Amino acid sequence: MALQGNLRDFSTTQLLNLVSLAKKTGAMTLETDDNSALLYFREGKLIHASTNNRAGRLADMLLEAGKLAEKQVKAIERQPKQLSDKALGIDLIRSGVVTQQDIIKSVKDFMLDVVYSLFSWTEGLFNFNPGVKPSNDRITVPLNLDNVILEGSRRIQENERLVDELPHLDRVSLKVTDKPLRDVKLTPDDWRVISHIHPRNTIAQIAQANSMDEFQIRKIVYGMLQAGLVEIIKPEGVQTQKKFMSRAEKKLAKKQTPTMKRSMVERLINRIKRV
Amino acid sequence: MQTVKMVVTGPYSAGKTQFIRTISEIDVVSTERKISSEAERLKDATTVAMDFGRITIDDDLILYLFGTPGQRRFDFMWEILTEGMLGFIVLIDSVRPETFREARNILEVFRGYAQTPYVVSANKQDMPDAWSPEDLRIALKIDKNIKVLPCVATDKESVKQTILELLYSILEGIEE
Repeated sequence: MALQGNLRDFSTTQLLNLVSLAKKTGAMTLETDDNSALLYFREGKLIHASTNNRAGRLADMLLEAGKLAEKQVKAIERQPKQLSDKALGIDLIRSGVVTQQDIIKSVKDFMLDVVYSLFSWTEGLFNFNPGVKPSNDRITVPLNLDNVILEGSRRIQENERLVDELPHLDRVSLKVTDKPLRDVKLTPDDWRVISHIHPRNTIAQIAQANSMDEFQIRKIVYGMLQAGLVEIIKPEGVQTQKKFMSRAEKKLAKKQTPTMKRSMVERLINRIKRV
Repeated sequence: MQTVKMVVTGPYSAGKTQFIRTISEIDVVSTERKISSEAERLKDATTVAMDFGRITIDDDLILYLFGTPGQRRFDFMWEILTEGMLGFIVLIDSVRPETFREARNILEVFRGYAQTPYVVSANKQDMPDAWSPEDLRIALKIDKNIKVLPCVATDKESVKQTILELLYSILEGIEE
């Protein structure tokens, strides 16, 4: 099955949320006119990231992290036989240049840097190829996407998209889901919003209680929604059903007991099966 | 003679008219008009008021299928069409992610009109670019208790299955 489209219609945040919730394994390419990125996922976790101008090789990642000097990187590049990232990592650890923790942290920071840069891409094609894995020589580090999604949402600058996602702040409330909050990095503002979540409080009321403007509250709620920490509900006490029944509805309600309705639906089922 | 109705809704060009046409025993009474806007020229004609199909169940019972117009400027018809419905089907064009947000909005509007059972039908599953029903469930934030069904609106068996699944959901609702 395909998973492709344009970031204009389905944002980076939504894409990462989908990959995470569906626990997908595969490669995602993203392409704009000037840039491209390649992300690999394993069971919903990001394991490798690169762009057209940042290839995601270990030596470059360690250089960016300040663990290797430029001179050392050049020396590595000058070697007649190019080592794979895994072999280079082992060599560097054995020779005491870096530790295993340095490598893991540098790879993680590099991936985060790449993936955060993608949140500013508002247009561009994406395509997910299920089952595709990075080449064996690459070092992969699994990264939980919940925090990435939250942080990415904090970086959204376009109000328009947020309004599309959360149009009526005064008509909906929030409910905290079962997802454990201890595993995610929430900001003080996030906590302030969470502390006001109640079925009777609309999002607009939560914003008012925290002196937040619409853009701020939308950004926070959108991030928590995408990370699956909260869900939208109708506020308590709001009339959810129509106040008035139409004539046809009144007629039907008067005439039909549950037994009669069941019998009618069973007749419909039997007939449709024979169509 | 008793009549019951189901409503087929969804974004513009999701395949609502075709869905009803595939299963209806009569030629679908359609209110299609030629499309004037270049931007909306995905097809030659669009529904402006409603589509109307029929399935005779037995001597005493008839099922009517109503298709809503997909374009927002005709949405004044939506609430009228939902009056007294048994349930509704939200048809999604699985190959056009640009319509997913609209599908979600339509779903919310219809849930507001009536607390009747509904199913989501992921149409055009025969096309190579189609998103899977599982991905659509996440993309559209559809509750795990709501059925998201694969569908090909030109295929009678597929349309039948969608209607049957809605009827099973209605039956479960009565039993609860």
